[in-house]
Amino acid sequence: MSAASPHIVPAVERSTPIHWIGRTAIDFVVAVGDLVTFACVLFGWLVVRIPRGRVLWPILYQVGVQSVPVVCVTGLFIGMVLAVQTYDTLSQLHFQSHIGSVVNGSLVKELGPVLAAVMLAGRVGSAIAAEIGTMKVTEQIDALRALGADPVAYLVVPRFLACFLMIPALTMLAEGVGIFGGWFVSTQVFGISSHLFWTFSDRFVSGFDVIASVLKSMSFGAAIAVVACHRGFHCGSGAEGVGRAATESFVVSFIVILALDLVLALLTMQVMKLLSVMGIAVI
Amino acid sequence: MMNQTIAPMLPPTTTTASAESVAIGLSRASRSFGGQAVLRDISIDVRRGETLVLIGESGCGKSVTTKLLAGLLEPTSGRVLWDRRPVVDRTAGELQRDRLRFGYLFQGAALFDSMNVFENIAFGLRENGTETESAIRSIVCERLREVGLPESVGSKKPGDLSGGMKKRVGLARALAMSPDIVFYDEPTTGLDPVMSGVIDELIVRTQQRRQVTSVVVTHDMTTVRRVADRVVMLYPLSRLNPDEPQIVFEGTSDEAFDSDDPRVAQFVRGEAGSRMME
Repeated sequence: MSAASPHIVPAVERSTPIHWIGRTAIDFVVAVGDLVTFACVLFGWLVVRIPRGRVLWPILYQVGVQSVPVVCVTGLFIGMVLAVQTYDTLSQLHFQSHIGSVVNGSLVKELGPVLAAVMLAGRVGSAIAAEIGTMKVTEQIDALRALGADPVAYLVVPRFLACFLMIPALTMLAEGVGIFGGWFVSTQVFGISSHLFWTFSDRFVSGFDVIASVLKSMSFGAAIAVVACHRGFHCGSGAEGVGRAATESFVVSFIVILALDLVLALLTMQVMKLLSVMGIAVI
Repeated sequence: MMNQTIAPMLPPTTTTASAESVAIGLSRASRSFGGQAVLRDISIDVRRGETLVLIGESGCGKSVTTKLLAGLLEPTSGRVLWDRRPVVDRTAGELQRDRLRFGYLFQGAALFDSMNVFENIAFGLRENGTETESAIRSIVCERLREVGLPESVGSKKPGDLSGGMKKRVGLARALAMSPDIVFYDEPTTGLDPVMSGVIDELIVRTQQRRQVTSVVVTHDMTTVRRVADRVVMLYPLSRLNPDEPQIVFEGTSDEAFDSDDPRVAQFVRGEAGSRMME
């Protein structure tokens, strides 16, 4: 009988498509498990210790206030372009007076939260991954540990809170500015009555949609922070590793945002159905 | 100087160290990264008050050894002992509290980019201590003076400092919490000979003033001569047979310089030998 343990995996690297699928599947499960474990540690610290103001305020400023210009510009142009594209289609059907319902409905229900989240993932998420990645590469994370600070509590919790708390405001801002852009193009360029614009908007956008939009944006913000910090902590060595962490942070965040958006859209639909069955009017 | 004052009081090897005198140690510790083994079955004892210097060529696992000793990494197998008690037996709170007994000067100083020098040195005190802000200010100023820097440096960002100043600030930060044990990871790498001499002198002075236990990782044989009470040399696993121990030398710095072991002699004299062909 051989002395070798029966559990030892042969070290030979096999490269058939089946092996590739197997390795990819294992890597995926490991990555997801690692991300979930990381999130659990984060939530544990979130309960145990709230970051000090000295640490939190600058990050809130960086994530929230410094994102305002890019969110405003993007929101404004998306609102205006949406009005242009919608007017073209609606005018062929002689429904151009309904433009407010389409523009505002799209912005509040989908584009506002997704747009703000994508902006946050690009501007803030990548920066977080690069910053934490650089700290890892230059041993600053080890230095934190050596000085008695937990890196997750000190680095991740404030960034998570900043993304989670600031994204609703950024979403509302993107929606507001986008609606203004849509209104401006509809009334000043296409000559739609301002009264009709707002009347149809009011008919198709409810308070529930606004609340759902805010809740949706909070889940996006949480996902962006977790993914960005996780990528930073698992950054490879050198400048290449930091660059890759920043790119991966954006790509993974973007996919997670879209997947969450689908799940939350289905969930919102079910909630609305349930409310109507229960006879509760959605304002 | 250090050898004359301290070494005679110390036994020549770890194996003969009395249990009470051991501050920290590794017991049959191994560490791998992915499938790559870096340390195999290492046992090291660091005695109270001594300056232990770890030498060895790049990639042999010196920095990993110090990080294991400091509890910044966990061994793949084996144990890390602080005060003869395994680190894994400690609760998270005990671990955090005991870790504050250590100061760590990192290879590139690892100063926090987002903070100025003052905030870097004050970081550990603010995070863990109960000191008032005025007490913290006086401690930071004292540590800056101790490493030979003026208080005006406190307002500078790490990016504005030279390599030598960064190392000094790193040392001031490592000493801010008045540690019992200080780790120096390649403290003189990348510095000119004069600044290397300054850092070596600071290591010696720190040991003499505070009676701290020191673990120094270095390639620099001048540093070894200046600061070491005891020298341990590690050898890369890739150059060893599976049954050979990774620690190839343990003794005083004089013994290291006089060693007949070709691996030690080659390193100490900096001879390329057959390595040119690799």
